[in-house]
Amino acid sequence: MDIHISAPLKEEEIKKLHAGDMVYISGTVYTARDAAHKRMEEALDSNKELPFDVRNNMIYYLGPSPARPSCVIGSAGPTTSSRMDKYTPRLLSMGLKGMIGKGKRSAEVKKAVVENKAVYFAAIGGAGALLSKAIVSSEVIAYEDLGTEAVRKLEVRDLPAIVVIDPEGNDLYETAVDAYKK
Amino acid sequence: MRTVLSTDITNAVRDMCIEAAHFLSDDMKSALVNAKENEESELGKKILGQLKENLDIASSEMIPICQDTGMAVFFVEVGQDVHVEGGSLSDAINEGVRKGYEEGYLRKSVVGDPLLRENTKDNTPAVIHYDIVPGDSIKLTIAPKGFGSENMSRIFMLKPAEGIEGVKNAVVRAVSDAGPNACPPMVVGVGIGGTFEKCAEIAKKALTRPVNEHSKLEHIAKLETEILEMINNTGIGPAGLGGRITALAVNIETYPTHIAGLPVAVNICCHVNRHSTRVI
Repeated sequence: MDIHISAPLKEEEIKKLHAGDMVYISGTVYTARDAAHKRMEEALDSNKELPFDVRNNMIYYLGPSPARPSCVIGSAGPTTSSRMDKYTPRLLSMGLKGMIGKGKRSAEVKKAVVENKAVYFAAIGGAGALLSKAIVSSEVIAYEDLGTEAVRKLEVRDLPAIVVIDPEGNDLYETAVDAYKK
Repeated sequence: MRTVLSTDITNAVRDMCIEAAHFLSDDMKSALVNAKENEESELGKKILGQLKENLDIASSEMIPICQDTGMAVFFVEVGQDVHVEGGSLSDAINEGVRKGYEEGYLRKSVVGDPLLRENTKDNTPAVIHYDIVPGDSIKLTIAPKGFGSENMSRIFMLKPAEGIEGVKNAVVRAVSDAGPNACPPMVVGVGIGGTFEKCAEIAKKALTRPVNEHSKLEHIAKLETEILEMINNTGIGPAGLGGRITALAVNIETYPTHIAGLPVAVNICCHVNRHSTRVI
């Protein structure tokens, strides 16, 4: 089933999502990957503010390639989410509602997704040229010195993704693979 | 003795970096098209269609196929009758990487120290494997490697008694553990034999062989076919979301080894299996 959702996420929209749903995301999402997560964790440890309010927001695990002069962004596909597992439960407990990445999540992240009624989406890994077409604006808002790993505020229009872990704790990576195992 | 100018090497490397990031080889493109025809899952078919569309956008609009334009890995065959003038061969290659990643708008993904982790901001240094060969030319193969799949690669130091079954199980285990993280459908490079480091090197080199070519050794070609079938029975499928096509090919390279050992390296590559070769 194809579903159009808006970001920041609304509680009633999240409740309707099920593992396996194809969604098109429009609105504001923030990018952060390894180094930005480490800095955000350090900021929280020293009681400093995060570069953006995570409440109801969504993080896209992305480090884009540089934009050509006439473009908004370069290639822009997801990176492997599990490297952020260490930092994710804390952000979920603070109100983060969605993550877009690729690959499996830890048991701790899954538990935190359920407890905080959040959702984990996969975008298609290695389809960075195609996914860049859904990004209409990009602005570095923090940690510019990290280059590709800086935190960016993105406006996206119909960014295609698939619900992998839903608020009930269903995990598409487990159920879908079993269906084709011989 | 033939003289080759280091600037000619630098310019070739710059062009190869940009080419590899935007254009897949014909064998890879055909493999993706065939995969879509053979995939049983509807979602899998849709994903494979999107990957083909992604390749078309990348080449026509010069947007890298994947934002992870990789660490630049080179296999260089240096003819022993070649003299490089104007600086060292390694410096010439690194200068080409620097120019290619800057001028081609490619992502700089290399940190200078693995623990201090400061980005070198020009994607250098490259990883360069040299081989000295007869002749008076230099053959350069670039294989930029993204780390989503590199992180899922493995080395197994098997016992000789584990034999062919042990090799099959090791490769399938590495692929199963990789699952969706390695961006399937994957290309699986396998090195069997040699030493700890040699099997890893030939596993990576195996990824540069066209995916529609089998090993010239009959028993290895058979093993490639058998392991590919086992991998495609795991059910992982395109993007790890279930399906029949988990890998496009298994390429195995072998090397003589010690009486006490059976090293097996599994170098996993995603569907963006980039490589390009030039002879100077």
